[in-house]
Amino acid sequence: MPKLTVKSATLLVLAVLIAVTPFFFPSGYYYRVGALIFVNGLAVTGIVILTGYAGQISLGHAGFAGIGGYACALAPEYLGLHPALAMVLGAAVSAVLAYLVGRPILRLKGYYLAVATLGFGILVSMVLNNERDLTGGPDGIAVPELGLRGVLKDWGLNLSNGQFWYFFCGIVLLLGAWIALNLYQSPTGRALRALHGSEVASGTVGIDVARVKLQAFVISAVYASVAGSLVALQNKFITPDVAGFMHSIEMVTMAVLGGAGSVLGAVFGAGILTLLPQALTVLAEYEQLVLGLVMMLVMIFLREGLLPSILRRLRGRGE
Amino acid sequence: MSEFLQFLFSGLTVGAVYALVALGFTIIYNASDVVNFAQGEFVMLGGMITWFSHAAGLPLPLAALVAIIATAALGVAINKLAIGPARGAPVVSLIIITIGASVFLQGAAQLVFDKQIHSFPAFSGDTPLRFGGATIQPQSLWVIGGALVVFVGLWLFFTRTLLGRAVLATSNNRLAAQLVGINTNFVMTLSFALSAGIGALAGVLATPITLTAYNVGIGFALKGFAGAMLGGMGNPKGALAGGFLIGLIEALTAGYLSSTYKEAAAFVVILLVLFFMPQGLFGRRSTERV
Repeated sequence: MPKLTVKSATLLVLAVLIAVTPFFFPSGYYYRVGALIFVNGLAVTGIVILTGYAGQISLGHAGFAGIGGYACALAPEYLGLHPALAMVLGAAVSAVLAYLVGRPILRLKGYYLAVATLGFGILVSMVLNNERDLTGGPDGIAVPELGLRGVLKDWGLNLSNGQFWYFFCGIVLLLGAWIALNLYQSPTGRALRALHGSEVASGTVGIDVARVKLQAFVISAVYASVAGSLVALQNKFITPDVAGFMHSIEMVTMAVLGGAGSVLGAVFGAGILTLLPQALTVLAEYEQLVLGLVMMLVMIFLREGLLPSILRRLRGRGE
Repeated sequence: MSEFLQFLFSGLTVGAVYALVALGFTIIYNASDVVNFAQGEFVMLGGMITWFSHAAGLPLPLAALVAIIATAALGVAINKLAIGPARGAPVVSLIIITIGASVFLQGAAQLVFDKQIHSFPAFSGDTPLRFGGATIQPQSLWVIGGALVVFVGLWLFFTRTLLGRAVLATSNNRLAAQLVGINTNFVMTLSFALSAGIGALAGVLATPITLTAYNVGIGFALKGFAGAMLGGMGNPKGALAGGFLIGLIEALTAGYLSSTYKEAAAFVVILLVLFFMPQGLFGRRSTERV
């Protein structure tokens, strides 16, 4: 049997998961949860590029998700753009902003980078909360219908709202994963991994450290922005919570929980952290307690993340 | 002028709380190179436990003492159970562990106590004092005085006592400190107890003014962290100055520009400082060894 590369294996596993799990859904509600996992997985794939590949931390990526989400709410209303174009506009704005903010910020390291990105995220969420006339303030704002489901219906593909968003987000996640995996093998990806190992060493072998860091930051910002847009379009509603500090933390936690080094691990982490609150709805009071405990335990005992630890154990048994 | 004085007073009051949180960050950072994002929860616990014990019938000073000791014990527990086992982990993991601790403590607080907003009486009454046309609450003087006393106390401890010097030695070079016979594990325990206790003290002093609830910690943590960064991470003088500066900037922005964006001002200043003086106001430029 020819050996699968990590790239095709990852894409295959994702595609099979997306296609097969709906057969086991007891009710239509699970399509919604699935779509949410895929959207979170997409945002977290961006974090994989920034944190897993390049070793840089961001505690403000929810800010970009907020920009993507509110672009879908505001651009159709004020600029008359189609929601799909609004999503592209949001991604473009996020990319430009990430470029402008990233240039000075990415000179910083470790905790300093953490606080700078955190400051950025908080500024975005503050603007969204306070500019009531434009954004509707903390109560949120309505987002127009994407309209793609209607088009598919005309073509004879009749999907329920839940099904449509499940498969649409699944496909976008696949696309995002494919891009991230290609990047991993590209010269830029190699440069990113090199600077993760040692910034000084990669500088001496001729890598433009500042430039590749900035590339990773911009790309991951676009991922977060598209994920924010998808959430907004699916819910047809958005609140500033999407840009909040806790959302930034969730993204990083998902990435590191599953294993920040791999795309599959990140999606796995996104799945667990998205399902956790759903499983705990009966015990809603304990949600924070359990989340905090999970964050600490995984980081202490499974430092490289859940999926790599599990895989290694399986492999170890096979030999 | 009286208006400016009024903003100055309120800025110094919140600034003193931020300074105490920033000092807590600094102590743990120096001892262990960890930025403890759960620092704000110590402030919350200080306020909540005091309120709880006071409501249960303890006199206020005793309730405050219980809160400070209990929080210090929790700080030690966090070190032993969560941060200690992860020694040497990458910065990202440590950040997530301490944020996890913070989320956990919030969750625990809403179960053990409740989700209401609480307060207890100010220590020396509510009659405002007048200074040059502006007024100041007696409790504000307690908060500002508290921050200054803690700072001087820490300074004396670190420069004049053998134990304090042992802490400094450990933060300079852990291995070397061990080699000259310093019990570095005890130094870590002490640092976390001290830091958590100072956080709890900040909560005790500030609650009559700022009120407390299970979720106030994260705000204090961010501002305190910002203050510590602004001053230069790891520098106690910087932490004190940075905390007060953040408070003043907030109060002046709220007074003269916009109260909704007062917190934005603090973060804009931090971003500017980080861009132009990445080591903070009092930090020393350091080179990383490869």
